[in-house]
Amino acid sequence: MVLEIIFEIVIYIFLVLGVFFNVLAGVGLLRFPDVYTRLHAGTKCTTFGSIFIIGSVVLVGLKNWWFGDLNGSVLAIHSSIALIAILLTNPVGAHAIARAAHKSGVMPAQAVIDELEEKPVKKTKTRKKDKTSVNEEGGEN
Amino acid sequence: MMPFFNEYLIVLIALILCTIMAILRVILGPTIPDRAVGVDTINTIVIVCMVVFGAAYEMVIYIDVAIVYALLSFISTLFIAKYLEGGEF
Repeated sequence: MVLEIIFEIVIYIFLVLGVFFNVLAGVGLLRFPDVYTRLHAGTKCTTFGSIFIIGSVVLVGLKNWWFGDLNGSVLAIHSSIALIAILLTNPVGAHAIARAAHKSGVMPAQAVIDELEEKPVKKTKTRKKDKTSVNEEGGEN
Repeated sequence: MMPFFNEYLIVLIALILCTIMAILRVILGPTIPDRAVGVDTINTIVIVCMVVFGAAYEMVIYIDVAIVYALLSFISTLFIAKYLEGGEF
């Protein structure tokens, strides 16, 4: 009986933590000034929050399994597989998007130097001029 | 026997709010990589929503759908990134 109460408390704590980090991801997507910072918010926070939410689902399955319901084992194992899929695929997709954004010419908002290209960022560029330069580079390629 | 309302449905409502914020970023985003970031975030939140929905109604088949959706959304994100780079397929 004590074990069941402990399971319930841990499940609710995990749910609250996961929802908190997912809401932080949404707010960060709306408030940050730049592609790279938005990517930082939208990927890391959703990965960390989904670890907690799916972890609580795994704990529900383990609790049902511990108290004699065999369907809980199916719930726990399949949720673990979904969590592993998220953990493997989400950072790789974020890295690909960041690399594509840098290659398509989008610069960070207040950056001074570009370490990847090893040259300073031109300060006189505004956003509209950035778009035109992107089009010119795309035409050359 | 399905419970009509439990704690996972409250979690689902909060996750739908996060999805609405990501949709706003997809609509407002000034550059194309912004929209790709928004779509990637929506994909992750939809996977979590499917798992939570499967836990709320104790239907494991929804979680299997979530696994397949995770892998397919990963492939679509890679293709969008490859297209933005201007590479060859």
